[in-house]
Amino acid sequence: MSNTILHKAASRGHADHGWLNSYQSFSFASYYNPERTQFGVLRVLNDDVVTGGKGFGSHPHDNMEIISIPLEGALVHEDNMGHKEVVSAGEIQVMSTGSGVFHSEYNNSPDKPAKFLQIWLFPNKLNVTPRYDQVKLDPLKGENRLQQLIAPRGVAGDEAAGEVVGEKGIGEGTWIYQDAWFFSGRFDKERQISYERKKKENGVYLFVIKGSFAVDGQRLDTRDGLGVTDLDSIGIQSLEEGSEILIMDVPMKNKIQ
Amino acid sequence: MNDTQLNILAVGRELAILQVVERLINGHEGWAATIVTTDEEAMAAVAKTDFRIVFVCAGVTAEEEEDLRRRVQELHPGVVVTRHFGGGSGLLENEVLAILNDQKKQIYGK
Repeated sequence: MSNTILHKAASRGHADHGWLNSYQSFSFASYYNPERTQFGVLRVLNDDVVTGGKGFGSHPHDNMEIISIPLEGALVHEDNMGHKEVVSAGEIQVMSTGSGVFHSEYNNSPDKPAKFLQIWLFPNKLNVTPRYDQVKLDPLKGENRLQQLIAPRGVAGDEAAGEVVGEKGIGEGTWIYQDAWFFSGRFDKERQISYERKKKENGVYLFVIKGSFAVDGQRLDTRDGLGVTDLDSIGIQSLEEGSEILIMDVPMKNKIQ
Repeated sequence: MNDTQLNILAVGRELAILQVVERLINGHEGWAATIVTTDEEAMAAVAKTDFRIVFVCAGVTAEEEEDLRRRVQELHPGVVVTRHFGGGSGLLENEVLAILNDQKKQIYGK
């Protein structure tokens, strides 16, 4: 067995505010567990359900890369950069909060819940000009294979080759100020894939959105998380029809540029 | 000054964010915030008040943070000078609890 950290779904932090029901894989707000504060630069992984018509009023963020992945329903986002957008399941939203941004986020439906993952990474550059991006994913590209959601800013998979692609990360999705890659995929039962870690200094955190997988011999069920720090190649097998996984390949130590 | 009060200084360049940080800190019983937007104001505050934590917030560069840490700890070696990430929402309470937990470990062991 490789060097792994297992976070079973039931062991996560939990806060029920009525309008917001949040399960937290890492310490957040009033949930503090010194043994579970982060996985490398991955600091927040919240599994949130917002009641219809409710949401987060205007509040600030700074110096965090914030990725929101709606799983069901849609959120209305409004910020002081002038964006007013609806982000729905099948899309991802990124905010590089840098020197500071105020935003609000409400459920777009008056009566149906919105479910989304809220993920925060420490940035590798401080005080950048805040940035907002939102991209729609092609669902077919994540069927029985991994679809790229996030990549580092302007850097291709092979840095040694000097491959630079400008503002967008290579492939699908969008970019952030961090040497991190996110992938997701939906798999038929018994499908097997191998995930290749992007960088030696990165670790890989696998989070099951739905269904179950066997990862390096470890069974993971819905909302379980597994951090792997010493494997270049990780074997993943889906155990149920329609199982969905999110893979976050992140630096284990932050290098502020 | 109340001996049991936890005094926290937040230094940043974005006043609107600092005001949220101040409100969140002061919302905790026994915690008290002071906010400043310049390093000189920070040093004046450190000379006057017994802070246990100095949070370095948005807009302060890594070089300014290092300089501030050196100057604060020359005056008061026990003060923790650390970067606050996130703009108050979500992580502030955790960051304070982590510092207090570390200090407790240093005093009492594991």
